[in-house]
Amino acid sequence: MRHIEAPMAGTLLSVLVKKGDEVKAGDQVAVLESMKMEIPIESGADGTVAEIKAAAGDFVNEGDPLIVLV
Amino acid sequence: MKRVLIANRGEIAARIIKTCRRLGIETVAVYSDADRDLPYLEQATVARRIGEPPAAKSYMKIDALIEAAKATGCDAVHPGYGFLSENPAFVRAVEEAGLVFIGPDAEAVRLMGDKIAARAHMKAAGVPVVPGSDHPVTTPDEAAAVADRVGYPVMLKAAAGGGGIGMVRCADREALERAFVSTQTRAKTYFGNAALFIEKAIEGGRHIEVQIFGDKSGRVIHLFERECSVQRRHQKVVEEAPAPSLSEATRRAITQAAVRAARAVRYHNAGTVEFIVDADEKFYFLEMNTRLQVEHPVTEAITGLDLVEWQVAVADGQPLSLGQDDIRPRGAAVEFRLYAEDPETFYPSPGTIEAWACPDIEGVRVDTGYAAGSPVPPFYDPMIAKVIVHAPDRAAVLQKARRFFTGMTIRGIKTNQALHLKLLSDPRFVAGQYDTSLLNRMAKEK
Repeated sequence: MRHIEAPMAGTLLSVLVKKGDEVKAGDQVAVLESMKMEIPIESGADGTVAEIKAAAGDFVNEGDPLIVLV
Repeated sequence: MKRVLIANRGEIAARIIKTCRRLGIETVAVYSDADRDLPYLEQATVARRIGEPPAAKSYMKIDALIEAAKATGCDAVHPGYGFLSENPAFVRAVEEAGLVFIGPDAEAVRLMGDKIAARAHMKAAGVPVVPGSDHPVTTPDEAAAVADRVGYPVMLKAAAGGGGIGMVRCADREALERAFVSTQTRAKTYFGNAALFIEKAIEGGRHIEVQIFGDKSGRVIHLFERECSVQRRHQKVVEEAPAPSLSEATRRAITQAAVRAARAVRYHNAGTVEFIVDADEKFYFLEMNTRLQVEHPVTEAITGLDLVEWQVAVADGQPLSLGQDDIRPRGAAVEFRLYAEDPETFYPSPGTIEAWACPDIEGVRVDTGYAAGSPVPPFYDPMIAKVIVHAPDRAAVLQKARRFFTGMTIRGIKTNQALHLKLLSDPRFVAGQYDTSLLNRMAKEK
């Protein structure tokens, strides 16, 4: 099991995957807004999305898990 | 004017408090929960909580700001820049509450906020505009028709946009079609208005703007130009005055065009007319910012004036205290924006400033809303300070700036300090021969 974490504090703008989706390392899986900038969040590994831990509009801190991959 | 509410935060709030104190005017500083420990709040006469950290729940809440101004006995409101500063509904709300808005009237703000209407107005006033749309484009086909007429590459822009947000460069029809829907959605989300328009992309252009000032009797003067071509993501990083690469003839023509633009909308208070200047020094109107600009201190440095003091005086109904011929630029000034961001990826770096020490150098002004120990919240702009360097000539400015950025230490967050040092040794920047592509080129060359 692997986590995709927030690279910095900010507001989650959108989650681009759903439970059961296959992702590859480097795929964009979510967009975070921090300091008025949109930051694309990429998966660090290949896997299947097992759980989405945060929703669009949530405020997240650096290191918070966003997506769980198996 | 006895007491002013500052509807803003950070360095500009601190900067406005400074001038008001010198003028004997009391200040009310508002803060969100994220900003409660910022040092400038202690400098204000009153500090008042305005809401939760997200700007939509604090610095963008018109009702809460008006309520705060009334509850604290203010007679005027200074909007700073960003947030509500160019929102005509805010200007009206301030005036309807019986308060003085320290800025232009709502009509000028509205007109210039609609970039398509502004283009038409400027064209009619004889100010050259970038070839492009006369009307909003609502479909990719309409956009492509304008693009075919003016020629690729083009810029696809939000009519209600500004500050570098909501614009995309499109190299060809395919890119334009690809960008259209996402730009429309973004325009709707950020500005509440999905209207888009097309301008020809001026390649190798320089971004040069003119500071103007008008009073309520209709007199308008300019305070010279600023060169703002050092940009990343269409946002300014370094600004300077005078523009080092501009011919004297163009300087005269562009400042006169800016005055004409301001007169065409009967502008009063501080404003900035932005132009793009091509390699042949042909210049075109881009937009007018109806507020105090972030980079106003470079103009203050070369003119010796305090623009916030002028804003207050004009809002109070006083005439401009100087005429055009009384204002002569002296020396050169450069402003470096210190951003909380990675100097290579330009990604933001919120956090806490653990330690921060700046060398004390004559002629170097540091405007900031933060200090060592301050949290830099993720909710707002990444700019943590402006470093403005003034000297008798540009070479001396660059030398002082090198000393400053070599000697400055900051820990806890990443900043673009290293980028400024790199820039200060770049031969194009040092020679004053650069355009808006400079930072991208530097990134590719490494």
